[in-house]
Amino acid sequence: MHDGNHAFPHSRFQDAAPRIAKRPDLTMLSRTADSLYWVSRYVERAEYLARILDATMRLTNLPSSYGGAGTEWHSAVATAGCEETFAKAYGEANERNVCDFLTFNPDNLSSIRNCFALARSNARAVRTALTSEMWDALNSAWLELQRFEKKRMDREEFARFLDWVKNVSLVFDGSAYRTMLRDDSYWFSRLGVYIERADNTARILDVKYHVLLPESEQVGGSLDYFQWTTVLREVSALTAYHWVYREAVKPQLIADLLILNRRMPRSLAACYENISRFLDALGDAYGRHGPAQRQARKTLANLSNARIDSVFQHGLHEFIEDFISENGRLGLTISEQYLQ
Amino acid sequence: MRIRISHSITYAYDEPVRQLTQILRLTPRDHDGQHVMSWRIEPTVDGNLRAGQDAHGNIVHTFSADGPISDLAIHVGGVIETLDLAGVIRGTIERVPPDVFRRDTLLTTPDDALRDFAVAATRADSTPLAKMHALTEALHDLLACDRSGQRTGIGAAAAFAARGGIPQDLTHVFMTCARQLGIPARYVSGYVAQSDALPEAEGAHAWAEAHFDDYGWIGFDCANGLCPIDTHVRIAAGLDFADAAPVRGARKGGSGENLAVLVSARAANAQFANQ
Amino acid sequence: MVAFDEMTGTGAELRPAYEALDRWLKEAPPEMLALRRSQAELFFRRIGITFAVYGDEESTERLIPFDIIPRVLTKPEWAKLEKGLRQRVTALNMFLADVYGPKECLKAGIIPPDLVYRNACYQLEMVDFQVPHGIYCHIAGIDIVRVDADTFYVLEDNARTPSGVSYMMENREVMLRLFPELFAMHRVAPVDNYPDQLLATLRSVAPRSASSDPTICLLTPGQYNSAFYEHSFLADKLGVELVEGSDLLVKDDVVYMRTTQGPKRVDVIYRRIDDDFIDPLVFRGDSVLGVPGIISAYKAGNVTLANAVGTGVADDKAVYSYMPEIVKFFTGEEPILKNVPTFRCREPEANAYVLDNLDKLVVKEVNGSGGYGMLVGPHANKAQIETFRKKLKAQPEGFIAQPTLALSTCPTFVASGVAPRHVDLRPYVLSGANGISCVPGGLTRVALKEGSLVVNSSQGGGTKDTWVLDA
Repeated sequence: MHDGNHAFPHSRFQDAAPRIAKRPDLTMLSRTADSLYWVSRYVERAEYLARILDATMRLTNLPSSYGGAGTEWHSAVATAGCEETFAKAYGEANERNVCDFLTFNPDNLSSIRNCFALARSNARAVRTALTSEMWDALNSAWLELQRFEKKRMDREEFARFLDWVKNVSLVFDGSAYRTMLRDDSYWFSRLGVYIERADNTARILDVKYHVLLPESEQVGGSLDYFQWTTVLREVSALTAYHWVYREAVKPQLIADLLILNRRMPRSLAACYENISRFLDALGDAYGRHGPAQRQARKTLANLSNARIDSVFQHGLHEFIEDFISENGRLGLTISEQYLQ
Repeated sequence: MRIRISHSITYAYDEPVRQLTQILRLTPRDHDGQHVMSWRIEPTVDGNLRAGQDAHGNIVHTFSADGPISDLAIHVGGVIETLDLAGVIRGTIERVPPDVFRRDTLLTTPDDALRDFAVAATRADSTPLAKMHALTEALHDLLACDRSGQRTGIGAAAAFAARGGIPQDLTHVFMTCARQLGIPARYVSGYVAQSDALPEAEGAHAWAEAHFDDYGWIGFDCANGLCPIDTHVRIAAGLDFADAAPVRGARKGGSGENLAVLVSARAANAQFANQ
Repeated sequence: MVAFDEMTGTGAELRPAYEALDRWLKEAPPEMLALRRSQAELFFRRIGITFAVYGDEESTERLIPFDIIPRVLTKPEWAKLEKGLRQRVTALNMFLADVYGPKECLKAGIIPPDLVYRNACYQLEMVDFQVPHGIYCHIAGIDIVRVDADTFYVLEDNARTPSGVSYMMENREVMLRLFPELFAMHRVAPVDNYPDQLLATLRSVAPRSASSDPTICLLTPGQYNSAFYEHSFLADKLGVELVEGSDLLVKDDVVYMRTTQGPKRVDVIYRRIDDDFIDPLVFRGDSVLGVPGIISAYKAGNVTLANAVGTGVADDKAVYSYMPEIVKFFTGEEPILKNVPTFRCREPEANAYVLDNLDKLVVKEVNGSGGYGMLVGPHANKAQIETFRKKLKAQPEGFIAQPTLALSTCPTFVASGVAPRHVDLRPYVLSGANGISCVPGGLTRVALKEGSLVVNSSQGGGTKDTWVLDA
């Protein structure tokens, strides 16, 4: 039967190269979907933490007459959403404490280190559901991270580290985009990205909303300029802002860009456009639309119908707070509907 | 003796249970010296309750229910008529050969102290039966028995080292020693009725049975220092507590379980016994 | 004691199977071998084929060393081995069906009943239960050692959850990548159809209530298990879901997996979780790895577990010593594969001999595995020997003893160059309703330390590719 024609190793070489997970029928283990979803969330969160740190470093490097209020580091912790844990572990919110807390601190569940650790361990548990490129990205990131962790970093090195974190996220996201089959595994992975991203953008707004309010424009005058640009930097949107509005930086337009503008990939509207799209893909494939789809559509409709002046009129802060809790609820609904 | 038993196991959960499955070995069978006149088993939550048998022939109910469940009680009870046969067990269903009951299990793993004790306590006696009586007496004298119902078992070796434990522990110590001497021994869970002979013993109880080529299985109750009499109601037998446990369960959700157990076993007034 | 060498026999000759390899080795510069070895290591690291070492805090994920020189068997050698393996596994399955059923072999006095009944692996839940299609041990790994040109001994039967088959396959993969020229010189029987055979075996034993396209899954204890890589490797190759206990649920005695589209019925479970942990309602109550209620579903005939529950009674080391009699009793044939001569310490005369010769013998605990509960007399110090003497006196029935065997050696690329190292062989035998199958070869394990006889990966052993020449 087999006459030993194994003298053709080259064809087998290709076997071991990029491998795409394949499944005969479109359904997957809830745990696998859950892991894919969380791998994406953790990677996205790591990138977000790196952006916050990067933007905060920039802001604190300015002479104090340019608007430094001395509370930038505290605000960074607040934006990362872990004030309580921080307060327990450290006293003062200064550069050293905050950088340590948000990067390598193993006790902070949401440190960059733990985001990568959790992403990798989730990925490892569902290895075969990831493409080899995605696994490679996470696995080498984890190994590399341990090298960074051992180093004593000066500011320059630290900046390189933050760039590297953003890069890992880009590579992972890119591998997912370029190598995954377009089926439910991809959709769950994307949902993780956008739920997390929406939460992150909203948190920036939640912490910084006061610098965007009209009163502060009068009170602080141009000093707030650097606070505003920091907000834009945190979502990599400084250049985008100018392209979209062709105007000087104004708080109302910043809010418009981050909340309602679908051209801006980190805006809440763009995130929900994607969330709704991927949830619909799941609903179509599985032949059943449920509460997650309905919830996402409702939020998307709210964002589409809103105008920024009325958002300000009704209260920016309330709007953001409502959004954060709705986004959180959608996460739970997705989990109940698919991931348990 | 006619014994009325009422046993309630109540669970309250801090966080509701989403799904629950329990294995209940809480139903007696008939054998010589024990007749079940009536018996019921009632969970307070709707679910699926199915009767079956385990490897030893014990009656097992599998109870499964979907949540959310915050409170659950299992009420069992009934009336049993018993005779004093001096501990001799006959007419039971035997599914596995006695040799099986010479295994060591997690709860009956011997240590050096137990090995030495088993030999020393029974040295003066020549027949296996006499050795088991001697062992029962020696353990009854040596080990303190905690009947509070507030503690859980710790295994034979630890209980022996601590010179005491709950009836389950004393039973495991006895079984471990018997098995060391080459005598098959098994675990029995059941109830003991209130009586003049054993005024403090009322409630859920555990004792051992040892097997002899000449007589078959005979019961030994170390906590009370005697062979089971007509106050003892036999429910289930197994390799050890885990194998004959009255309740084993698994659940999803339901962290923070609070357990309360209420047992009464009393002589039934003949007047009410036929209800 | 000079060991038989797979390449050079007892010394001067060059055995025919190794002629081409010998020529090639003589021409190959050591730098090239070293380079290929590091390429092989890189390959294994990249694919993440690792195993966890228990009690090793330093690195929970470690590579098993791979030796680039293959171990070669000729077609007639393999043919004889395969025949013996089929016979042995047939007997194992018949033995299991018997001890959980009519118990003829106990009645006939082939094996002392207490050896079965007192064995904790003899699962009482399985007594008088008809397993689907009558097969207990679907996947067996039989450890074979060789002592001369004609003699193969069975060292151990692994009838529970034998591991290592992923190494067999990945070793071949890496050899094909690194040494295409060697494969051009040899006609090596392929092993990459193993997953297909395994899948066919698993499908063949689906419960009768299952559909014609049964749903199969592989149940793993999870990513911290030492063999997790293998579990995910096999699930991937089989095209089945890799599930953990918490992915499965039992309702009305039917097993389901939790999927994104709700519960999906499961028919066959290739489980890589030990009996003790598989169902917390029946076995260890503290197990969080298992599936509550799965045994009840199994006994209702709604799911097949592979291997069956309770197969451990067949690979117990004390039962092992009776395997020649067991093979004869059930197959009516003389055993083709021999057993290593074994002293049963439960027999007083044997134990007396063992106690007198502890420094010469290998003493094994009957319920131990992985080389942990073991004394290798000639390599042990006084204190270790005295510890075992005490154990043997206290509990003789807990042990067996065997002479130290001169396991065959095979040329191996080590620090000092190419040198002989001791090897064993674990072929994998599949039994289904569709018959018995066995891919040619298996996993060769090699003791990398000079003179060492312990091939276990947990004790510094490595692996080699195993070639069965097709011509």
